[in-house]
Amino acid sequence: MKAMVATRKGLFELIHDDGRWKLDQISFLGEPVSMCLHDKRDGTLYAALNLGHFGVKLHRRDEGSTDWTEIAAPAYPEQAKTDDDIEWKLKMIWSMETGGFDEPGVLWIGTLPGGLFRSADRGNHWELIRSMWDKPERKGWFGGGYDVPGIHSICVNPRNPQEILLGISCGGAWKTLDGGQTWALSAAGMRASYMPPELAEEQNTQDPHLIVRSKIASHVLWCQHHNGIWRSEDSAASWQQIHTPEGIPDFGFTVAAHAKDPNTAWFAPASADQRRVPLNGALSVSRTRDGGKTFESLRNGLPQQDCYDLIYRHGLVVADDGRNLLMASTTGNLWASENAGDDWYLISGNLPPVYAVRFF
Amino acid sequence: MAKLVFTQQLRRFTEIPEVESQADNLRDALEAAFAINPQLRTYILDEQGDLRFHVVVFIDGKRVVNRSSLRDVLNPHSQVYILQALSGG
Repeated sequence: MKAMVATRKGLFELIHDDGRWKLDQISFLGEPVSMCLHDKRDGTLYAALNLGHFGVKLHRRDEGSTDWTEIAAPAYPEQAKTDDDIEWKLKMIWSMETGGFDEPGVLWIGTLPGGLFRSADRGNHWELIRSMWDKPERKGWFGGGYDVPGIHSICVNPRNPQEILLGISCGGAWKTLDGGQTWALSAAGMRASYMPPELAEEQNTQDPHLIVRSKIASHVLWCQHHNGIWRSEDSAASWQQIHTPEGIPDFGFTVAAHAKDPNTAWFAPASADQRRVPLNGALSVSRTRDGGKTFESLRNGLPQQDCYDLIYRHGLVVADDGRNLLMASTTGNLWASENAGDDWYLISGNLPPVYAVRFF
Repeated sequence: MAKLVFTQQLRRFTEIPEVESQADNLRDALEAAFAINPQLRTYILDEQGDLRFHVVVFIDGKRVVNRSSLRDVLNPHSQVYILQALSGG
């Protein structure tokens, strides 16, 4: 098992050796890597760079190779003369996912300022999904964490890759059942306290920080939302809020779903919207094993005083075995657990700010 | 002929051509560079054809202000520097 960590200053690979995770090869040292992806279908790795001066770039590394090759980055078409106050310019690649196992070469990319792109040929060419981009509701979106809206979650149904759910900050959740030809809002039940009361349940302005799908039960989805935790058991047709007990905040950015147990998920809470640091300076991971009825606060091996780390959207992941987890913070700490979160150890405390962690 | 000088910072990403162009405006001179190395285009211009926000161009010591038209006049002895803007980090 390997893993990779996309950071503000490079892509760091991890190997599991002598009973623990260790840092290994470094790519793009010094450059911001906003997202990375491993394609299980053919072993290819992808890295999205967000160069400070020269724009967004995409690189690919074939299985067995040590060399990266720059490939086409998604590009917005010529901006029509409209009243759109969003520039049709790629600002950042925020999410990358593969299509289904019966769709070799199909890749999806979610971006700032809110465009979804699809490639059918391993990233050699990209197409903006106009059926989503041209939705009139897009004019109601706004930035969440960035100046412009962005797609951070692309949940492809592994049993039916024509069904995809998007999570957008701030633009709610959107679902397609036909591979992206048509889209409909799918955030019913979410509630936004940052909106005027009469708009709190408006689906199009929800801020799902991250949405993940259960692999074993693809109709089950988890959402860490700006205003709490939600779960769906009907493929996002409806969402039910989950309440954490006293002492376990429900504010955070990330969630990881167990691959084989639809009732188990992990969260990395921060105190509150207005105080985005661990509660009482003590870092914890919250775990539920019963679909959100109860939670445990897992702390063994995590700093329990003077800790101000924040785990961002793509900074907590679980391997398919449900036991190996990796968690990394915006202040450059990287931890591992090999027993489903019961115990943690520090892999590195000196990484650049971490944007994403992924197993491969 | 106008001479184009690209920042050496670009060397870690792509090849930098040495360009001397008879073009009488900035955009046409840049196109001459892109003809030599097409990959260079996406590093200097965005997909709308505008100068990237954190790239700065000086023509004979004067900074280019209009980032869209790029029709700034070049004379046969112009020195054009394409550099990183410090705003980009």
